[in-house]
Amino acid sequence: MKSSVITFPGSNCDRDMDVALKKFGFKNKMVWHDDAELPKSDLIVLPGGFSYGDYLRCGSMASKSKIMKSVINFANSGGMVMGICNGFQILVETGLVPGVLLRNKYLEFICKNVFVKINNKTNNYFSNIKNEVLEFHIAHNEGNYFCTKDQLKEIEDNEQIAINYCNENGKIEEQFNPNGSIKNIAGIFNKEKNILGMMPHPERMIDNCLSGEDGSIFFNNLINNLK
Amino acid sequence: MKISVVITLKKDVLDPQGKVIHQTLDGMGFDDVNEVRQGKYFEIDTKENDPKKAKDKVEEMCKKLLANLVIENYKIIDLK
Repeated sequence: MKSSVITFPGSNCDRDMDVALKKFGFKNKMVWHDDAELPKSDLIVLPGGFSYGDYLRCGSMASKSKIMKSVINFANSGGMVMGICNGFQILVETGLVPGVLLRNKYLEFICKNVFVKINNKTNNYFSNIKNEVLEFHIAHNEGNYFCTKDQLKEIEDNEQIAINYCNENGKIEEQFNPNGSIKNIAGIFNKEKNILGMMPHPERMIDNCLSGEDGSIFFNNLINNLK
Repeated sequence: MKISVVITLKKDVLDPQGKVIHQTLDGMGFDDVNEVRQGKYFEIDTKENDPKKAKDKVEEMCKKLLANLVIENYKIIDLK
């Protein structure tokens, strides 16, 4: 399986993602934002970081960069595109997934482990995962997911919510919502479920010595689903 | 010509920064403030000298980049 990670000026989780993808068997290539063409890929990843210094709105400049035209074409033709953290912010700015990410409710940069409940397993990202709850890591200032009432209805009707913040038992309640996101939303899909945007970083949970193993579950499952 | 644009958050979008500014003003003794909403201001100097054309161009810029219309409104406030 071939993957590509896009590096924007200010990306800082691109190499972590490269390590994670390779560890679980992807042949990964790093792609510079100013390139026009994507290498042949089964999965494109927009990594975390602070592209363009978060100027204007997080992800807004990166969403207009040269490579994004190819990424948008790839996504619209059914290709798998995953945006993590800043990558999620870039995805919402392209309009590939609905909504926006606002400043965290209590205006603090949040850096901690969280639990997320998988809401939808009928897609290549989460099908066949046995766990209902995964422990991932978040580190963001703008992760407060917001959308209009009409959008929320559409998202719910189409089962586009991928994961919600919860406790270790999978309870989705306001007290387990770290940033004020509507309905504890931590990640969403496009309608067709080939595009996933999420704030948590699975690539930070791939080594038991350093963190946890739930990212390993995610990546192992992902590559098996794509084979 | 020079064009000014103001971008504000839509009414029902939470503005935590505006809230904190309000609280701080309150603490400083400006206690008659009802609400503070924080926005963005842009000055765009364009080569276009036809006001109608320039305004249309800036409007397009607002829609495509300067504002995110899910949460923000834009207003072109000044043409010089």
